[in-house]
Amino acid sequence: MTAWLMRRLAAAIAGVWAVVTLTFLLIHLAPGTPFLPGAERPADPAVIAELRARFGLDRPLPAQYVSYLRELVRGNLGVSFARRRPVAEALVEAIPNTLVLAGAALCIDFLLGLALGIYQAARARRAADVVLGNATLFFSSVPTFWLGLVLLLVFGQWLRWFPVGGVTDPVLYSSLPWAGKVADRLWHLALPALTLGVVGAAGTARYQRAAMLEALGQDFVRTARAKGATERRVLLRHALGNALLPFITLFGLAFPFLLTGAVLTETIFAWPGMGRLAAEAIATRDYPMVTAAALVAAVMVAAGNLLADLLLAAADPRIRVASE
Amino acid sequence: MTPRTWLALLAALTVAIAAVALLRRRAARTPAGREFFRHPPAAPGLAVLGFFAIVAIGARLVAPYHPAAQLDIVGLQNQAPSWAHPLGTDTFSRDTWSRLVFGARISLAVGALAMLVAVTVGSIVGAMAGYFRRWVDAVLMRTVDVGLAIPRLFLLLMIAALWEGLPLPVLVLLIGLTGWFGTSRLVRAEVLSVRERDFVAAARALGAGPARVIFRHVLPNAAAPIIVSAALGIGNVLLLEAGLSFLGIGVQPPLPSWGNMIGDGWRQLAVAPWATLFPGLAIAVVVMALNAVGDALRDALDPRREVT
Amino acid sequence: MTEPLLRVRDLRTYFVTERGAGTARAVDGVSFDIFPGETLGIVGESGCGKTVTSLSILRLIPEPPGHIRPGSFIEFEGRNLLTLAPKELRAIRGNKIAMIFQEPMTSLNPVFSVGDQIAEAAIVHQGLSRKAARARASEMLKLVGIPDPEERVDHYPHQLSGGMRQRVMIAMALVCHPQLLIADEPTTALDVTIQAQILELLDRLQAELGMAVMLITHDLGVVAGTVDRVVVMYAGQVVEAAPTKGLFARPAHPYTEGLMAAVPRLDAPRARLHAIPGQVPAATAWPAGCRFHPRCPFAWEKCRVEEPPLFDTGVPGHAARCWLVTEPARRTAKA
Ligand SMILES: Nc1ncnc2c1ncn2[C@@H]1O[C@H](COP(=O)(O)OP(=O)(O)OP(=O)(O)O)[C@@H](O)[C@H]1O
Ligand SMILES: [Mg+2]
Repeated sequence: MTAWLMRRLAAAIAGVWAVVTLTFLLIHLAPGTPFLPGAERPADPAVIAELRARFGLDRPLPAQYVSYLRELVRGNLGVSFARRRPVAEALVEAIPNTLVLAGAALCIDFLLGLALGIYQAARARRAADVVLGNATLFFSSVPTFWLGLVLLLVFGQWLRWFPVGGVTDPVLYSSLPWAGKVADRLWHLALPALTLGVVGAAGTARYQRAAMLEALGQDFVRTARAKGATERRVLLRHALGNALLPFITLFGLAFPFLLTGAVLTETIFAWPGMGRLAAEAIATRDYPMVTAAALVAAVMVAAGNLLADLLLAAADPRIRVASE
Repeated sequence: MTPRTWLALLAALTVAIAAVALLRRRAARTPAGREFFRHPPAAPGLAVLGFFAIVAIGARLVAPYHPAAQLDIVGLQNQAPSWAHPLGTDTFSRDTWSRLVFGARISLAVGALAMLVAVTVGSIVGAMAGYFRRWVDAVLMRTVDVGLAIPRLFLLLMIAALWEGLPLPVLVLLIGLTGWFGTSRLVRAEVLSVRERDFVAAARALGAGPARVIFRHVLPNAAAPIIVSAALGIGNVLLLEAGLSFLGIGVQPPLPSWGNMIGDGWRQLAVAPWATLFPGLAIAVVVMALNAVGDALRDALDPRREVT
Repeated sequence: MTEPLLRVRDLRTYFVTERGAGTARAVDGVSFDIFPGETLGIVGESGCGKTVTSLSILRLIPEPPGHIRPGSFIEFEGRNLLTLAPKELRAIRGNKIAMIFQEPMTSLNPVFSVGDQIAEAAIVHQGLSRKAARARASEMLKLVGIPDPEERVDHYPHQLSGGMRQRVMIAMALVCHPQLLIADEPTTALDVTIQAQILELLDRLQAELGMAVMLITHDLGVVAGTVDRVVVMYAGQVVEAAPTKGLFARPAHPYTEGLMAAVPRLDAPRARLHAIPGQVPAATAWPAGCRFHPRCPFAWEKCRVEEPPLFDTGVPGHAARCWLVTEPARRTAKA
């Protein structure tokens, strides 16, 4: 098991390293940065000075690369052009918000998706399955941000059931009691989490339905029935037990999806997370911020994949035992 | 909308449906064709794709106005749908339907071309990895692992932030070049199984070089997974383009794309929801059609798959 | 004579194939009895409907595409299994009638330990506690001759060899001491030496537990040493049924003769090992008349047009679906 994990860990680190290096190269290749002579975009002298110091511009490229890596390891992600503050600081504020949103969306995604997929597989090809199949096909094809806008319009503007943005109520929050604060946060979280969660759940349900049907077609399901197991037991123990293995891999895939979705969803719902930070940074061409966000996203995706691998190793006896 | 544009629209619809009906009749002759149309969503999906393709090509005939024309910035701002403007007008008094039609051109073209790039690169890389194996395979597949681990949107955001106002062809190329990883894995797996078959060995025995063997013998036999992944991939590209354009770093105005239409419209969501809703619906419907067709293709082209 | 334990009458199980090939009449009017404690062999070439017959008994036919035709009848302990409510049916499956499947590799669930899988039937039917179930599982492993049962209960199927997996399957089937064990080609997927061990094991367990066994195989050689009576199947039908001795002494159906000729024998000079010419026709298109006539060396006009019923051969308990029974002279004429 350890050898296998070490390999996965190495792959994760390689992924992050690749993004780091790519970032470095892109910054050097891009116009409008102080690296190219004759840059079209006149940069703030203070910014240029900061960059010179940070990248050691007078030295040869490999040396610059080394010092760039060293600064990264120390957590120095540069200074935001637009906000005039260290990027790391801004990110530290934003990341928890993104994690809350992504976590809530992940719960909706997996719980709803899993339940729908199992239910559909149990009712395969009957009316309920067909209806849900079309619904999940539609919702998995919808642009996340557009669904967010529709929910915003219907539940925020027209029905006024939910607030139209933000993490907390700007006026009332500070005066609320402890429980009220939690409720207010959840109330604000509902629409953005639902937006991301529903689109994810639609995809998860489609995947899970197929996995369940595949598992239900296996010989060992027949064996279980021959033992007198109830349909419920066959479905939830034997079929699901096998169909959960590919599902765990899906967990690794859900992470990039959620982060990507967060960029757009956060923008729409004025959710002060990493995604909105990145989107704003793009509008202001604040590239230290954008590149830092990309790095953080890469680290998160790598971590998500690694976590999925760990779960898979714990769940699949073929991996667990073979590599012991 | 003039009677002429309504007529053109009707014609587009008729042609799309008739074409699918015709295709269905011809497909009934082959097992794969029957299998394809046995999926209930397959035929409507094809019709939707055909319809949008026709509309995109004949945009000039179906759209009453120029997509960027500001008709009457005072009198025709944020108009609700009507006979004159079936999908309403946006905050710049532009006709949403006309923009949607011309946007179809851009969005579908970006989707198709980017996917073409992705499929080409993915097929070649996958074929090389599967054909040469050993270190070529190892290097290429590790690259693919890394590529799959990079959050694509963030990478594109970074590039877009560093290069201001990417020209459309570069955007297409970038989307394509960041989207081939999955395809190459599929192709590699297929090539690994194809390369052991007799006709490949025979071709090699006759002295065919690797390029010839790959292009003439191996890739055509790996066509099925390539086609399926392309169909499913275009949908992803459409969504990605929409997201980028929504953020203002994809297709640049005045060119209309479905994504930047939403990006232009959403701040007036409360006043003119139609300017946001319709392009999003168009994306959803087309992506849905692509997914449906992709699913049906996968079943039709895969002989091993059981009938479900 | 005692009452039969299981009575199968006119069983018809059809599959509606979706790719347009029509209806496969996989089992088409099969009748036989199994008596308490006896071993019945069911023999026939691949595709003749042996597995479908056994799955039909426990109603494990995948529906769709398959279905058991109305008019079929499977009686066990005085009740028709085909009309039983699902709950009552489940109370029989794995408890009174158990089954071993043809493919020991895929019939075990890869994500549960063999102990869990063996204990499952005991948990389902007898409500055993986890601890008791585990003890029962290792007891069963010992019974089927797996060394270190205490350790093996926690192993997963992929850690076992093919022969061991089949032993696990047997252990799994026997936890609840069923009255009838259906063993569907339990040895086909195994090496020859292991085949013999598994057959011996089944023999021993049957003697110990006193159950009836329905042993399915395509190898008459397997049947000869182990079973009391034999049912020979061809093209979804029973073509001959007889006590083992009688069958080997005087096979009445040319198909049975063909199967026998295909068994290599040690006691006879090495004759050419000849299989039956031709192939089993597709289940969607059985030949008219006698279904065996295209491959039969004795076939004449009557065989081509008229389907023979199952005739009594005159010997008690020996029946054959062949016109030769009525016109024995034709056999000598050709042979
Ligand atoms: N799920 C199914 N769908 C369609 N046809 C089926 C199905 N299962 C069995 N059949 C048909 O039933 C016929 C009999 O199959 P069966 O598995 O009973 O043969 P068998 O005698 O057990 O052969 P073998 O020795 O290979 O196990 C086959 O020819 C097949 O066409
Ligand atoms: Mg069988």
